Amino acid sequence: MSNPENYTLQTQDLSIGYFHKTGNHVVAKDLNFSLSKGALVGLVGSNGIGKSTLLRTLCKVQDPLSGKVIINGNTLDSYSFESLAETLSVVLTEIPASKNMTVGELVALGRQPYTNWLGTLTESDKTHIIQALEATEMLPFKDRKCYELSDGQLQRALIARALAQDTPIIILDEPTTHLDIYHRASILKLLKTLSKNKTILFSTHEIDLAIQLCDQMIVMTPEKTFFGDPCELIDEGCFSGLFPKNLIDFDGETGSFRIVK
Amino acid sequence: MVGAGLSISGLLMQTLFRNPLAGPFVLGVSSGASLGVALLIMGASGIGGAFGLLLLSKWSLVIAAGLGSLLVMLAVLAVTVRVKDTMAILIIGLMFGSVTAAVVGVLAYFSPAEQLQQYIFWSFGSLGNNSWEGMVVLAVCFFLGLLLSIVTIKPLNALLLGENYAKSQGLNIGKSRLFILIATCILAGAITAFAGPIAFIGLAVPHITRQFFTTANHKILIPAVLLCGAILMLICDSIAQVPFTDYTLPINAITSLVGAPVVIWLLVRKRKLLF
Repeated sequence: MSNPENYTLQTQDLSIGYFHKTGNHVVAKDLNFSLSKGALVGLVGSNGIGKSTLLRTLCKVQDPLSGKVIINGNTLDSYSFESLAETLSVVLTEIPASKNMTVGELVALGRQPYTNWLGTLTESDKTHIIQALEATEMLPFKDRKCYELSDGQLQRALIARALAQDTPIIILDEPTTHLDIYHRASILKLLKTLSKNKTILFSTHEIDLAIQLCDQMIVMTPEKTFFGDPCELIDEGCFSGLFPKNLIDFDGETGSFRIVK
Repeated sequence: MVGAGLSISGLLMQTLFRNPLAGPFVLGVSSGASLGVALLIMGASGIGGAFGLLLLSKWSLVIAAGLGSLLVMLAVLAVTVRVKDTMAILIIGLMFGSVTAAVVGVLAYFSPAEQLQQYIFWSFGSLGNNSWEGMVVLAVCFFLGLLLSIVTIKPLNALLLGENYAKSQGLNIGKSRLFILIATCILAGAITAFAGPIAFIGLAVPHITRQFFTTANHKILIPAVLLCGAILMLICDSIAQVPFTDYTLPINAITSLVGAPVVIWLLVRKRKLLF
């Protein structure tokens, strides 16, 4: 485990937040974690704790206040947007600006980092697209327009697009919001299957589902950010620090939250 | 050529601004051209006499319109470099439009009726009475704009996902946006300068085209919009010439008469404009 080549995404004393002329606004600091290859990693924390800020920093959308993000042994600054696009793909909470395209077209856009200036798809691009559609079970919907899809299907289509981008790391921001429990479970199961040879990091509010499925978890609490495998984190009592104890308490036995009556 | 150019600039705008109502008018390019012409025609009365008449040759009209749209285009581009939010650019474009319209209004108030009439005639739009030299200039601008549009096909497709996704796919947003804006300004500016501010074509044609070609891929949409725009413009122009008579109606009125019902019909049928 100590071999750094096993890790695809690492942070060193990372501090995230926003730059201001009058003193920086620190959202979270001293973030240290190393995500290994083939791991499904859940990022949990209460609303406004900085999950999205962390994901944005990891995707190079915003700069860290201090510390380093290391991807495949190179710091994030050494990546151009073009080379980062071949290493890291994202699924955001926002839906595509245009819903007037078919699922096939949407997924094909994932191949953009590899296509020529006109965006012509080669045979290998087409294979990747079909594979991505198959993996997400979206092949039957290939010619469906995005506005005809249900929320769960659209989420799968967006995941297929990220898959088609063929990157060793996929980052998802709350992929299970707006979905019922069946579709939440099916999306997370899908991520679990996909994580065999990729690193998948996703933020979620489904803490109990994440505990069951994830190989590693990042738990952001107001005091400190924890990283480890879910069972260890339960033993350390990290989850009970997530929310104010007078309302919600974590039950380590069952791995779920309870409302304090 | 006029119809095709306006339609393509409309398509580019709609994708760039993620807004199905965007068109070349929105950026204020057409209003800029109007301002140039208004300043020339109505300002000429101030200079007065024979010199004024000399200024009012056809070429000076085109140059004034071109300069006007170029000015607005440069202003918009300068703002684009500083403002990162696309919605803000859209609103700024609208504001530029209102400012130029206001200046034209003030000028009109102080101008004699003769000059006013001349300006109104220009703003009706006209496809005829353009000299061959003028056509060459227009053609050069048209193909330059078209070439730029073809180069931006891939970024345009990426922008269909939204700017954040486009960025995650390694797209240089700032550069692509600049390219798209320049292409639009060249197309819309040159055409307005030569043919007057022609309404609705830029807005309506991309939507009509999307009805026939059910795709959002710009590789297919650009040539399709090009053809549709040219065809619709020809139809409008034929109507404007009023067959079997000597009358020539203002083309601007025809495009609005044809364009507005089409857009309303699409809205009623689909209940939603997609882009």
